[in-house]
Amino acid sequence: MLKLNVNGKETVFEGDPSMPLLWFLRDEAGLTGSKFGCGMALCGACTVHLDGQPTRACVTPVAAAQGRAITTIEAVHTDPVGKNVQAAWRKLDVVQCGYCQSGQIMAATALLKSNPAPSDADIDAAMSGNVCRCATYQRIRAAIHDAAQSAPKA
Amino acid sequence: MRILERFSGSVASTTAALELPAPANLSRRAFLQGVGGLAVGVCIGPALSACKPASAPSGGGSATAATVFEPNAFVRITPDNRVIIVAKHLEMGQGTYTGLATLAAEELDADWDQVSVEGAPADAKRYGNAQTGGSQGTGGSNAMASSHEQMRRAGAAARAMLVSAAAQEWKVPVGSLTVSKGVVSHAESGRKATFGELAEAAGKQAVPETLVLKDPKDFKLIGQQKLGRKDSSGKTDGSAMFTQDMKLPDMLVAVVAYAPSFGGKLKSVDAAKARAITGVVDVVQFDGGTGYRGGVAVLAKNTWVARQGRDALVTEWDDSAALKLGSTELMAQYRTLLDKPGAVAKHEGDAVAVLAKAGKVVQAEYEFPHLAHAAMEPMNCLVQIRDQDCEIWNGEQFQTVDQANVAKLLGLKPEQVTIHQLYAGGSFGRRANPKSDYVLEAVSLAKAARAQGHKVPVKLVWMREDDMRAGYFRPMFLHRVRAALDKDGGILAWEQRVIGESIIKGTPFEPFMIKDGVDHTSVEGCFEHYAAANVHIDLHSPETGVPVQWWRSVGHTHTAFAKESMIDELAAQAGVDPFEFRRKAMADHPRHRAVLELAAEKAGWGTPLKPGEGKARRGRGIAVQESFSSIVAEVVEVTITDGKLRVDRVVCAVDCGLAINPDVVRAQMEGGIGFALSAALHNAITLDKGAVQETNFHTYTPLRINEMPVIEVHIVASPEPPTGVGEPGVPPLAPALANAIYAATGQRIRKLPLVKQLKA
Ligand code: FES
Ligand code: FES
Repeated sequence: MLKLNVNGKETVFEGDPSMPLLWFLRDEAGLTGSKFGCGMALCGACTVHLDGQPTRACVTPVAAAQGRAITTIEAVHTDPVGKNVQAAWRKLDVVQCGYCQSGQIMAATALLKSNPAPSDADIDAAMSGNVCRCATYQRIRAAIHDAAQSAPKA
Repeated sequence: MRILERFSGSVASTTAALELPAPANLSRRAFLQGVGGLAVGVCIGPALSACKPASAPSGGGSATAATVFEPNAFVRITPDNRVIIVAKHLEMGQGTYTGLATLAAEELDADWDQVSVEGAPADAKRYGNAQTGGSQGTGGSNAMASSHEQMRRAGAAARAMLVSAAAQEWKVPVGSLTVSKGVVSHAESGRKATFGELAEAAGKQAVPETLVLKDPKDFKLIGQQKLGRKDSSGKTDGSAMFTQDMKLPDMLVAVVAYAPSFGGKLKSVDAAKARAITGVVDVVQFDGGTGYRGGVAVLAKNTWVARQGRDALVTEWDDSAALKLGSTELMAQYRTLLDKPGAVAKHEGDAVAVLAKAGKVVQAEYEFPHLAHAAMEPMNCLVQIRDQDCEIWNGEQFQTVDQANVAKLLGLKPEQVTIHQLYAGGSFGRRANPKSDYVLEAVSLAKAARAQGHKVPVKLVWMREDDMRAGYFRPMFLHRVRAALDKDGGILAWEQRVIGESIIKGTPFEPFMIKDGVDHTSVEGCFEHYAAANVHIDLHSPETGVPVQWWRSVGHTHTAFAKESMIDELAAQAGVDPFEFRRKAMADHPRHRAVLELAAEKAGWGTPLKPGEGKARRGRGIAVQESFSSIVAEVVEVTITDGKLRVDRVVCAVDCGLAINPDVVRAQMEGGIGFALSAALHNAITLDKGAVQETNFHTYTPLRINEMPVIEVHIVASPEPPTGVGEPGVPPLAPALANAIYAATGQRIRKLPLVKQLKA
């Protein structure tokens, strides 16, 4: 039996510990905001945070998440940076089909937490693992800059 | 889907208010029947937020349901003051929910913040698309063109009834009332009421016989630069519902083993290992049929378990009737047709004879690979079959076609097939399959599961690899163009042979879209808007056995490349600047020319590019194409260093008539350019012995953020009726890019994807 902390709540999982975290979240925990796009760590649609680190849930065994704080798109607003990122995404209407955007927002939040004022090159480096087939990349860049600028000054 | 006619109305182009007949009223009873499927305890609205209690009449005649004001099929106003717009089109990223809501909310004078959108169920009587003969579906970039009058009338009818309810209650003349931001006011007495407060009384008013639509100068929402998309919120907090996210009680997920080559048949399966996996519920063999695959499905409650089960199946396939050729052999077969006359698509003057006598003929061949749509959400479909009906949940792009095909497969009537609308995680045309391939596959599978005792909802889920290899690709094409200049540097003659699979043959669209052996979608956009006295275009449509389908901007994906590349070659031949050459040759098409000029001006065409560093070579290219009645020109700037290409900037100008939501138009140009760039640079589906070689995003490599150029979009101000924007941003990109590479290096690239062609 695995003990997991998902979005601040303790929960248990009794199934296959090698099952990727993504399918635990989506099919067992009912948190469908994290998406399946490739299953091979190629697209980033499944990005969640483990102890704040952006992680591809589709290739992370659920057992590896034990003892770590799992944060998904459904709770990213509880982090002030995450909330800021979501607000920038809405302000600039980044989304098109939306399917990749949970992953984009999780990756962008992690970027801004480690680098509060990223350059375009920083953004390209941090975000190039996240595919958007609708190619909303220009607005993703702009929204990250916007969130960086509107961050509450510490 | 291709629009064959331009919008014939004149609402947006007129400057005077119009009187139009009101939309037919719909009884509440019919409405409740129509949305009866909502009452299954599952949120099927476009977003969770759309499922607040009042919006979901339970069918039990609850008090709230009884007071929802629902004047027509498109508008609902709840007592808690929400305006719900029912969208007849699929939201797959193109912004159609926002566009449809803008149109209705404009005439309604609603407050934008009180408006939300729900997807319509399949029901062609109420939600048919006038531009496609009344069948319900989304495509051809025609949602705004087909809806702008309809949705405005729907909003205007609702407004009139709200106003007459207030007039009756306050005993004042209708003409003394004003409406703004969802509030009806009587200035003299200072009385005010919200739409929600008036909803019940409005429901008792007669539907107006005539409607007065706004004069465009009074628009408050239409044309506003930044209105805010209606789907932004749900798509940024994880709550937006896609088919992939649907879960019904007792639902099973199916992952399927398929034949590796098109047309392969199952010989044998050993499912022992799959059945031994904890959580595998059953293994089901199901039949394919016309246009869809059969296979062996593993059923489980959890997607991962189903996939593990599928991967553990030991299958043998009979390839005797399967496609055996590879892409190289198919292209070689195409080449054998290059010198054979095809079905004539266009013939003016006598291009062949003129070219035979012309001094200098410029000739080029252009090659295009198969392309996958590779939408971010792999295809999927949720099906519940019962004795007398079938319910489907899908990011549904082709309601009427799918409903008919499913009904046929199950021996039901179309009206016994309910289809619930969800968001689609991209489509690019894939979800509108004329043969309903993945939908029928899901239904065939659910039917076989049912026969094995699983009378539960079944969700078919394709893994990325299944999606990539399922076919229904943009066809492979080969073009040959021969052209010559006249003595004044104009185009004397243009001869073009097009070779490629037909996406229409064998579909219900064949009678309308194939004429005299010419599939219109194979040649659309070949040679238009340039002046030439002698034009000959013909077409071969070889059958290859590879399933093919429309792909964002359809024929224009290749015809624009051939045309705009050859135009560039002719300009070089004439020794004229490529922009000036186009301008002159387009003299008879002022609207096209204006778009071309706008793009060139904003891009600084004619001014020198900032030189690159070191050995870097830089260049600019231009291209223009009309598609789906919108005209788009793009200027691409590139830098090439040691054979490495960087696309720096794309300047885009678009004339799409009235821009209902300018920011959505910009977003569609940006996205269309990025999508086109992915294909132009990198993408090809390669067949080897009938099997697709690409599997996932490491072999079919999508554009990533580090390759995304800076994009500037300029919209031509226009009073003309609105036309499409979902597709038209795509076609000019690839030729403008190839032309920029030529400008930088002198290398003409005539084969896509082009990165592989680039010389060091
Ligand atoms: S689904 Fe995990 S990276 Fe694509
Ligand atoms: S918004 Fe559609 S894939 Fe990113």
